Amino acid sequence: MTMLGDRQQLAYIASQAADARVNVELETEGMTLNIGPQHPATHGTLRIIARLDGEQVLWAEPSCGYMHRGYEKLTEVRTFPQVTALINRIDWLGSFANEVPFILAAEQLMGIEAPPRAQWIRTILFELSRIANVSLFLGDLGVQLGAITPVFFAFRDREYVLNLIEGATGGRFHPNFDRIGGLKDDLPAGWIDETRAVMRKMRKFCDEIEGLLFGNEIFEARTRGIGVIPRDVALQYGLSGANLRGSGVDWDLRRDQKLPMAWDKIDWKVWTHPDGDSYARCWIRLQEVRESTFIVEKLLDSLPSGPVMAKVPRIIKVPEGEAWVATENPLGEMGYYVVSKGELGPFRVKIRSASFNNISIVPWLLKGVYVPDIITILASLYFILGDIDR
Amino acid sequence: MAKIPGLLKGLGVTLGTMVETVTKGANTVQYPHEKETPPIRARGVIALHEGNCTSCMLCARSCPDWCIYIEGHKELAPPRRAGGKPRQVNKLDRFDIDYALCMYCGICVEVCPFDALFWSPEYEYSEPRIADLLHDKAKLGEWMETVPEAPDLEAGAEKKGKK
Amino acid sequence: MLGLIASIPYWAQSLLRVLGGIVAVLLPAGTIVYVFLFKMMSFMQSRLGPMEAGPFGSLQLFAEVGKWLQKEDLYPERADRFIFKIAPLIVLSSTFLLVAVVPFGPDAWFTNFEAGVFYALAVSSVSVLGILIAGWASANKYSLLGGLRAAGQLIAYELPMVLAVIGVVIQAGTMNLQQIVVAQNAGSIFGWDGLGNPYILTQFVGFVIFMIAVQAELTQTPFDMPIAESELVSGYMTEYSGFRFLIFFIGEFATAGVFALIASILFLGGWGVPFAWFGWTSIDSIDNWMNVVGPLIMFTKMMLLVFIIMWVRFSYPRFREDQLQRFAWKVLIPLSLVNIMATSVLKVAF
Repeated sequence: MTMLGDRQQLAYIASQAADARVNVELETEGMTLNIGPQHPATHGTLRIIARLDGEQVLWAEPSCGYMHRGYEKLTEVRTFPQVTALINRIDWLGSFANEVPFILAAEQLMGIEAPPRAQWIRTILFELSRIANVSLFLGDLGVQLGAITPVFFAFRDREYVLNLIEGATGGRFHPNFDRIGGLKDDLPAGWIDETRAVMRKMRKFCDEIEGLLFGNEIFEARTRGIGVIPRDVALQYGLSGANLRGSGVDWDLRRDQKLPMAWDKIDWKVWTHPDGDSYARCWIRLQEVRESTFIVEKLLDSLPSGPVMAKVPRIIKVPEGEAWVATENPLGEMGYYVVSKGELGPFRVKIRSASFNNISIVPWLLKGVYVPDIITILASLYFILGDIDR
Repeated sequence: MAKIPGLLKGLGVTLGTMVETVTKGANTVQYPHEKETPPIRARGVIALHEGNCTSCMLCARSCPDWCIYIEGHKELAPPRRAGGKPRQVNKLDRFDIDYALCMYCGICVEVCPFDALFWSPEYEYSEPRIADLLHDKAKLGEWMETVPEAPDLEAGAEKKGKK
Repeated sequence: MLGLIASIPYWAQSLLRVLGGIVAVLLPAGTIVYVFLFKMMSFMQSRLGPMEAGPFGSLQLFAEVGKWLQKEDLYPERADRFIFKIAPLIVLSSTFLLVAVVPFGPDAWFTNFEAGVFYALAVSSVSVLGILIAGWASANKYSLLGGLRAAGQLIAYELPMVLAVIGVVIQAGTMNLQQIVVAQNAGSIFGWDGLGNPYILTQFVGFVIFMIAVQAELTQTPFDMPIAESELVSGYMTEYSGFRFLIFFIGEFATAGVFALIASILFLGGWGVPFAWFGWTSIDSIDNWMNVVGPLIMFTKMMLLVFIIMWVRFSYPRFREDQLQRFAWKVLIPLSLVNIMATSVLKVAF
């Protein structure tokens, strides 16, 4: 689609819409509605071109790239520590989780492994950024469906998690705390007790959201049976994260692959839902926030002592080679394919971000739905623009 | 247990929050009147200890968006001991950080080999003109007063020589 | 009071009535915006709301109005300018027309109209016209969708509202709002007259249907699809700014107030207190001080009802357009028809 100009695009849409005419007897002229790039529901600059017949969508196509920042190219002219600072900004709501796969890939190339305490703290911060990210999704979901109160609850309680992240790393949004070989620093005193208190608060927040949204009959009427993704289709489109688990695929990279992280050291549950509709996807995210609070508490209980930094040279040169590491980020599978030529910075980095693949299913999903359902489906797919456009 | 209809439960949540806000106070802070203290490690503003800086340019080179500007010249200082040779020192002419560009990543503070840069949690330095966000070395030096001691570490951490 | 008004010239009477009308529309609207939109909503979201303008932010609304009035009067290039400009006025005029039949006390009314209920229900649909032409004249696809949604929704909910009111009319035996108030306060429950006979007790189903229909007529969540800010940006109001938006805004909350006033008259006994408390027997024997206390009682009841409307608004997500229509035609209208039947049978039986 990117090769076509706007005018050609619209002509293409019109021809597509003509093929998909719903009402042949009472044929009316359709309307092309541009949702975005500036629209309250896209929280960023995603544009969705929709061909409508009344309120029914005949054809829809997401058009992304309005916020392309060229990360893959930027990384080629920066050193490894600089890249870590930069890739924080890809999925800006769960930024610590962006750093981890890159650092793990670099560590894999260098053949070192972070000490256990660093692995534990990494996992804790990873889960905290998942909580911060997905709790905001839960609030935003309310706004998309017309309920204004949940989003304020989400901002209120996410603030506690951000305070924790800031207390440990110094940065609220962009921690830049992960280093090749470990972490920048250990946790400050009193942080663990504070974290336990916040985790209890987050569980209360989950209960509130459950009361406000998930138990609400109107919410169920809006989300149940809307935007159903069957299991096969979800796999074909390369969905990941809660969107895949919402279609009944029991697949979670935290559990299903061996990484030098602490997830396999404790017991926790991967939530799945067989329905594959919007409700299932949102419900899974709610359960995952709750599960993450338990994961954090269990990890705090078993936090080993020791150093947080392995022995690495002061000036980092990653040896020649290629590595691919993906983790289960808040939005889904996020991976980095790092190619190094033995210099200060990477030679080439391919970023596989979850949202880009997750929205690829949008044209398939939006055929024949109503305009309000576009918003429900987009909200339940949960993307972050930075993660789509990179 | 009889199931409460979700519609009533939702009303209960908002009413409960309202009662809580009225009786216990809101979760928000009325900013200019009361302020929250940021954590000790918060990356608010970079402070410069000018005496330690040797204008080695490491920070300027490692900055991901090149927002540090350093100029310096070499100078002969009087010898340490009487009768010794005069020492050659690097004199700092200009040390500017453009906070309009800074990403607050902290790489410069980390790479500094002579402990000349520090993080301060101070955050109230917004300016009506973007050019005023360029802090020169005098202004960066003033921030030194606000730099806190590094916090104690959590139990189980390996003690190491702190900066 | 009546004597006082009759003794002054006609132009002064008219002036007094116009002033009274403006007060009766703007005062509730301002109070509702401050108490509910600014404060209650904030408290429900664990924040304080506006605190800077005036003590506890009480002058915030004036600041907002000042801001809106300063803005440029913008209209889209392809808009139908004349219609675009008068649309908000039509919406607001419906509110002023509505308040004309609302009785605030035994003698404190603008017009004592025999078919008051009929008039009120008819005039309340004038705002649909304004919304529809606002949506059309904006030359914006979102506005158009919003306007069409509003038209469909307001017409669909007009019907259950009318049907819910019919129960009250049957029970009171009159369409005059003043006499409906009297009938409730002079009535008795099985001979006990300590509470009068507010129709919320006998017409509870009607009351619930009426309030749901009011929620939809006011396009408040869960029925706010015409505005639906996450889907249609702002629906029919998308292209409006400045004082034309202000008129829409005032119209929305003033109409909420006036509908709450009408609901309080129909179901909660309006301005009256049970006549048995003071030994009154008919409307002529009521003491004159009720003309002052009556409006206050009305105001309290209005705030109570608006509280419920707003509480629901701040708690619920919104329906989809087709679900809303289904709810109106398949649930509310049959239910209100059953209610009318039951009321008429009982009316004949007792």
